[in-house]
Formats: sequence, C-alpha cells, structure tokens
Amino acid sequence: MLPDDRGHFGPYGGRFVPEALIAALDELDAHYRKAMADPEFTGEFERMLRDYAGTPSLLYDATHLSAHVGGARILLKREDLNHTGAHKVRNVLGQALLTKRMGKGRVIAETGAGQHGVASATAAAYLDLECVVYMGEVDTKRQALNVARMKMLGATVIPVTTGSRTLKDAINEALRDWVTNVDDTHYLLGTAAGPHPFPAMVRDFVRGIGVEARAQCLALTGALPDAVAACVGGGSNAIGIFHAFVPDADVRLYGFEAGGDGIETGRHAASITGGSHGVLHGSRSYLLQDEDGQTIESHSISAGLDYPSVGPEHAWLHDQGRARYQPVTDAEAMDAFALLCRTEGIIPAIESAHALAGALRVLPALREELGHEPTVIVNLSGRGDKDMHTAGEYFGLFDSGEVIG
Amino acid sequence: MSASVAFEKARAEGRAALVGYLPAGFPSVAEGIGAVKAMIESGVDLVEIGLPYSDPVMDGPVIQRATEQALAGGVRTRDVLHTVEAVAGAGVPVLIMSYWNPVEKYGVDAFARDLAAAGGAGLITPDLIPDEAQEWLAASDAHKLDRIFLVSPSSTDERIAMTVAHCRGFVYATAVMGVTGARDSTSSAAPTLVARVKAAAGNLPVGVGLGVRSGAQAAEVGAYADGVIVGSALVSALADGGLPALRTLTQDLRSGLTP
Ligand SMILES: Cc1ncc(COP(=O)(O)O)c(C=O)c1O
Repeated sequence: MLPDDRGHFGPYGGRFVPEALIAALDELDAHYRKAMADPEFTGEFERMLRDYAGTPSLLYDATHLSAHVGGARILLKREDLNHTGAHKVRNVLGQALLTKRMGKGRVIAETGAGQHGVASATAAAYLDLECVVYMGEVDTKRQALNVARMKMLGATVIPVTTGSRTLKDAINEALRDWVTNVDDTHYLLGTAAGPHPFPAMVRDFVRGIGVEARAQCLALTGALPDAVAACVGGGSNAIGIFHAFVPDADVRLYGFEAGGDGIETGRHAASITGGSHGVLHGSRSYLLQDEDGQTIESHSISAGLDYPSVGPEHAWLHDQGRARYQPVTDAEAMDAFALLCRTEGIIPAIESAHALAGALRVLPALREELGHEPTVIVNLSGRGDKDMHTAGEYFGLFDSGEVIG
Repeated sequence: MSASVAFEKARAEGRAALVGYLPAGFPSVAEGIGAVKAMIESGVDLVEIGLPYSDPVMDGPVIQRATEQALAGGVRTRDVLHTVEAVAGAGVPVLIMSYWNPVEKYGVDAFARDLAAAGGAGLITPDLIPDEAQEWLAASDAHKLDRIFLVSPSSTDERIAMTVAHCRGFVYATAVMGVTGARDSTSSAAPTLVARVKAAAGNLPVGVGLGVRSGAQAAEVGAYADGVIVGSALVSALADGGLPALRTLTQDLRSGLTP
C-alpha cells in the first residue's frame, strides 16, 4: 500500500519542507491514521458527507450525450451536485473534522479561483473554526464573487502580493503562516499534493468518489467501466475517482491535464506531459520549471487546473503506466463545455470539461481496441456557475447578447 | 575552507562568530559581489550566499523582495557559483544557502562539484531534511563540503540528534517559529533550543538565525550561541542605504560580539 510510511510513492512525494514543520506533519500524520481507524471519526465524516454535503453523488447515465457522440455509454459522476458544487467539499470536511479532533481552532487555506477557499470557509463555518484564506492578488480581482462568498461565510481573505500573485504564491504564503502559527493552526491544503501526509490524506478523504462510482457502475451496468476519466490540476478529484479502480487492471485510467494554448506554445499547466521531475511545495513530483529549477507560471483557462505541479501519486501512476495522462487545450475543453450544456442541460466546471473533452477524444481508439462500445465514467468534478464569467467572455455572450449554437 | 574554521577563530578570540547572509544577484551580480566583499571587510566571519528562488517559503518580505529582484534581473545558478568564486579568496568561508529544487535541477553531484571548485565551503538547505538527503549526503562527502541542516524549536530531541549527526560545519538553529525577518526582540525560545542542540551536538558549533538586526541583539544571542546569523537586516541595509549602510550595520553587529 502506497505511500510508504515516509510518504513516498516510488521516487515521488516525501517531505521537502523546513524542519520547523516536521513536528506538525508528524502530528497530523499520527492523528489522521488514528482517526481513520476510529469508527467515531469515520462515522461522523460519513454522516457529514451524507447529511450535509449530499453524497453519494449520482452516477448519471448521460444518454443524450452518449447518443450524440455515436454510441458509447458515458456515465457522469455528478460531484457537481455536492454542497459547494464540487468534489472539494469531501476533502475540506475531512480535514476540518480532523482539525477539531487535533484541538486546533484555526484553519488556513490557499485558493486559486476560490473554489477551495469557499469550500474551506464553508467547512469552517459549519464546524466553528476560524478561517483565513490566502489568495493571489490577481485572483482576488478575477474572482471577486468568490471573495464575497468566503467573506459571507465568515472567512478572512488575504490577498497575496508576492511572486506571480497567483495560486502558487498563495500556497507559499499559507506555508509561511503555518510555520509561524503551527501550534493552533491546521493548513487545510486543497489538493492531493504537498508534503506527506497530505497526498495520502487528501486522497483518503476524496476516495469515496471512486468507491461510490465503482459500486454504482456495477449496479447500473452489471460490469466495471472500460475507462475512468478525470481532469488533473493538483490531482485530488482524479485520485479520488481513480483510487478504487487502481486494482482493476482492465479499467483504463485517464488523467487530463490543462493543455492551455497547447503544450508546444509553452503556455499550459500540464505538469506531467509538459514538465519534468523536481520538488515544489513539499514533495517530489513533476513540475513546470526552467533550466535552473525556477518554477514556471502555468496557464489555463481553468483556474482550478492552473497549477505548475501535480500530486506525487499521479507522477507514480504515470511512471507505472497504470494511468495515462494527456493534455487537453482550452479550446477542446470549451467545446466540451458547450456540448454538455446543450446535450444534457448540465453546465460543468471548466475543469471538469477538460475530463469530458479528453474522454471524448479517446473514445474512437478505445472502441477500436475493445471491439465494442466502451463504457466510460467521467468525473464531473464540479459545476460551472463559477465559470460563467469566463464562459460568457469566451463565447461572446456578453457583447452580442447572442447565445451559441 | 570549512565553516568550522570561522567558528574556531571566533572561539579563540572568546566571542561568537558573525554569519552574514546576502542573496546573489542583488541588486545585480556585480554589485552583489561588491556587497559581500564589503560585509567581509566589515567583520563577518562567515558568509552565506542566497540562491534566489521563485518559491521561497522560508523567507519573509525583505528577502523575498530582494530575491525576486535578483531573479527579475536574470540571475542564474551559475551566477551564484560565480559569486562564490569571486568572494572565496577574501579570507572567510563561503556557503550557499539554497532551496532544494535548484540544486536538484542542476544535478546534486554536479552542484557539489562546482561549488567545491568555486572555493565554496558547503551548502545550507532550508527545505531539505536529512531524511530526504541521500544524494546530497553522498555528494557532500565526495566533494568534502559542509552540509548545514536546520533545527527548530518544534524539533523533537530525536530529530535534533538525528539532524546534528548529519551536519558538518555547524548546526543552524532557527530561533523562532516563522519566516526570516528582523524582529525587535530576539526569541525566548532560542536559548532553550541552543541548549538542547548543544546537548546533542558535541563540538559542532551552533549558529542561531532569524530576527537579529542590531549589535545589542547580536550580543544577546552571542552570549549563548556559537554563531549569530544575520540576513534580513543586512539585506534591508543594502537595499535602503547601499554599501555604506551595509558596512555600518555589519560593524555594529560585529562590535556587539567583541568581548
Ligand atoms: C471543479 C474542480 N475540479 C477540479 C479541480 C482541480 O483540482 P484537483 O486536480 O485537485 O481535483 C478544481 C480546483 O479548484 C475544481 O474546482
């Protein structure tokens, strides 16, 4: 069972952090292990997921979309229907509950577009924790509505004005806060990355996605799917849906990274397909970096995928060949975004649209390889309400008043 | 020349060593070299050259701004090694302080080889713990370099013992929980930490960093530590007042350590 007890997935993962944080990470690791073995904790976590977040999310048989693309059976794991509108609520509820258990009263979080920030503020409000969210100054301007949401929920939002003033710098600032206030503060990291135990812990909090989807698919179709597809930013929704399927060797796993303007342009956020080995934010993985190991800024139309590294377990699954990672461009994702709106009446998060676009792209080859119509589960990690500004601009909905189609 | 030479010299004079930090390439590579030389002339016993990095999670605003400016000016890893080479002949040991990824990207053994060839004494690694340092342990042995790991007030006794066992040159005790930056009062946690480290370190000198900005504070820290490490205050002096301010502060710090 990976990771090993020091958090390594093969050569990836581990802890590349100041010694000052090691005691807190050890404490977190010990609490998390104990908690996961304690029915009181797991029972309360399950209750919150069920009664508060609304899981298990549906596995929706997308017959209109399937018919439109010519026959495959596409099943959508509807994480967009969860409270706060994304898979992220699973992770924040798990970590916030653990924070309570550790006797800490304050959580800090980083956020890019604001999704994880809003989810963290929500969990903090629900569990009565003080919440501080670090957000790049550039992002606070791009995502004013989410800033208002977080404030409404009682969180303090701190604009980060250092570095590139985006997500990676928000993580740096959160780590600085943590190092300073670690006694009473938990760092509620938003994805399956960072130093051990975060990649394993976040995975364990979100792995219910795959557990549910696997059982739902068996119940619905009588068989396992041929493939599972997810978008990959830091990697939490992808590892969440992959993990239960990893032992099922016949189930192909596809991770779709943000290809931005295209890998060849250098403007993308595809750490695995367009990056190289290195260390960032506490763990060894793939990342976007220059010749000197300086982090290169990522680019994606999707704020949630706009991160220059990826969780270590994905790096491992990639090297093992167990999961396949491919880039999906902004344009491909937005086509899929529009398609899902029109065929199913579901507005997906642009992040999730990457997963759908990728799944549609691999369908023909999969059909050929299998010799039958493939069944594919696509993780619809979130809903697109938050993205309407971006989509409106992309499709020109604001200037002309016209709709697409 | 190992960092231990600087500590021995200071010890022989009955005082703590003054360790000064400046990032390479700030405000430019050439001026950065001039600044390090001025710091040496003004009395530092040991020099730390910072390798500017895009994601400096251990650093407060002063060092962040300086290293950002250095990077914006185009500083490269080879310029940092060049800076070491340019100041290594000035009579005091010279270390690089670097976040881990630039070293890993350069190639751990290649970095150690080129650092040694430049006359550098070794490397301080703020985000590399001995647990993850296999390659660096081997490379620093092969190229006879100092390796300075950090300990903190939150480190357990076991971790302190393990960490000092892997250090060579000295042990870097981060006296406060937090990032770099000058502080009005030095930490009350520091003497306790130094005592704990000394109990494990044997003869290995213990340097205390984070927060010192005046001769009076240096004197306070120098009373219980083998070395007083100053960073942000020197960077501020250089940024705001150029070489004259840098010299004045260095001399003040050093006078605080004169018995
Ligand atoms: C809906 C949605 N999907 C996916 C992501 C990407 O994160 P991860 O790769 O950790 O799932 C985000 C991040 O904000 C998101 O909001």
